[in-house]
Amino acid sequence: MYGYQLRATFEESTGGTWPLNIGQVYTTLSRLERDELVRPLAESGTGQLPYEITDSGRAELAMWFATPLSHGDRPRDELAIKLALALSTPGVDVSVVVQAQRAATIRKMQEYTRLKYSTDRPADLAWKLVVDAMVFQAEAEVRWLDHCEASLLRHSSPPMPKKTPGSAHEAENEAGREATR
Amino acid sequence: MTILELRAVHRVHGAGQTAVHALRGVTLTVGAGELLAVMGASGSGKSTLLNLAGGLDRPTEGDVVVNGTVLGGCSRRGLAALRRQRIGYVFQDLNLLSSLTAAENVALPLELDGMKVRTARRLAQEALCEMDLEGYGPRFPDEMSGGQQQRVAIARALVGQRRLMLADEPTGALDSQTGEAVLRLLRSKVDSGAAVVLVTHEARHAAWADRVVFLRDGLIVDTSGPMDQPEELLTTPGGAE
Ligand SMILES: Nc1ncnc2c1ncn2[C@@H]1O[C@H](COP(=O)(O)OP(=O)(O)OP(=O)(O)O)[C@@H](O)[C@H]1O
Ligand SMILES: [Mg+2]
Repeated sequence: MYGYQLRATFEESTGGTWPLNIGQVYTTLSRLERDELVRPLAESGTGQLPYEITDSGRAELAMWFATPLSHGDRPRDELAIKLALALSTPGVDVSVVVQAQRAATIRKMQEYTRLKYSTDRPADLAWKLVVDAMVFQAEAEVRWLDHCEASLLRHSSPPMPKKTPGSAHEAENEAGREATR
Repeated sequence: MTILELRAVHRVHGAGQTAVHALRGVTLTVGAGELLAVMGASGSGKSTLLNLAGGLDRPTEGDVVVNGTVLGGCSRRGLAALRRQRIGYVFQDLNLLSSLTAAENVALPLELDGMKVRTARRLAQEALCEMDLEGYGPRFPDEMSGGQQQRVAIARALVGQRRLMLADEPTGALDSQTGEAVLRLLRSKVDSGAAVVLVTHEARHAAWADRVVFLRDGLIVDTSGPMDQPEELLTTPGGAE
């Protein structure tokens, strides 16, 4: 794949929520090449320079999908982007990505809650409100993840009867019923 | 000390074409002083799990053990007694009897078990106090707020010798402050030795638990407790599901 194709694919799978400029794409590609995560192929007849992902690039990508984001200064959008890309990356089970994030976020909430419960001085009200802010923010993320999971369920066929081309429509109806109960 | 144990529990509702495999081999233990939260999408088997744990339903396969007693080996009568004496249940709709006062509601399971009325009332009064409901004993359910009724239901679930409490969405219709107060009280009961299984769809409430298990299609797919390993995420394309 070459630069323009990459950009088009990225924008398509993230619904245009994160527009890229082409210069950014090429700088990123050359950094990736420097780190040996991608490698250039022979120039095409039309002068395009296609790249191919390397094995260590694949490993890096797998790591990214496998590692839940931590709540710090991360842009929230990275999670949305991660899910959007997980959907369009062959071999990635999106529901596993969703669950990994949900478990990590709830674990964080458990820590905040323990913190909150362990101090019971009334003077700490302000501090408690700050901890609550983090709890509620994390909760919003979990609810969004639940929502994503329900949408996924609606848009994929149920796992038990294997999807066959003829029954795709029927399967979707069934999954829809499941999700709206 | 283990209070509740589920060993490879299956539950199939119905038979033949319409059979629903609500639980497909669930194994878990809950110890004294432990609060376990159960989360999962609608229909994932949470209530089924709770009903089995409380002896309100029997597994199709596998064992449920409460306080060392295998429920499957109990007679009807024995099971009923065990339920009254050991297991407290908070239903989603609370199930308080509207013709009885708060204190009478809480004392009822003890009296049914043959305890002297005076003793039962005294224990009920203590249980109400622990739920911050001192003075509410003589009130009828419809004279109390939703949050207060909720706490009466919890007091009833924990009165007497019962160390295992099973709660199905007990914070259902409460505002966030009242919900948190209920969780705080549950937490303190747990810290003084009770074992609680809490079914909830609210992450904020599950966060009070020591361990959170996630159910999907009748199976535990994940546990969020003390640190666990990141999973294998990338399957080989076209490989087995
Ligand atoms: N008595 C029953 N007869 C037949 N099917 C049942 C029965 N009880 C439950 N089921 C089915 O078993 C599955 C699990 O139900 P369960 O009530 O345990 O779900 P849940 O996780 O508690 O859902 P919710 O969050 O909606 O309360 C569902 O598919 C449900 O339809
Ligand atoms: Mg239920």
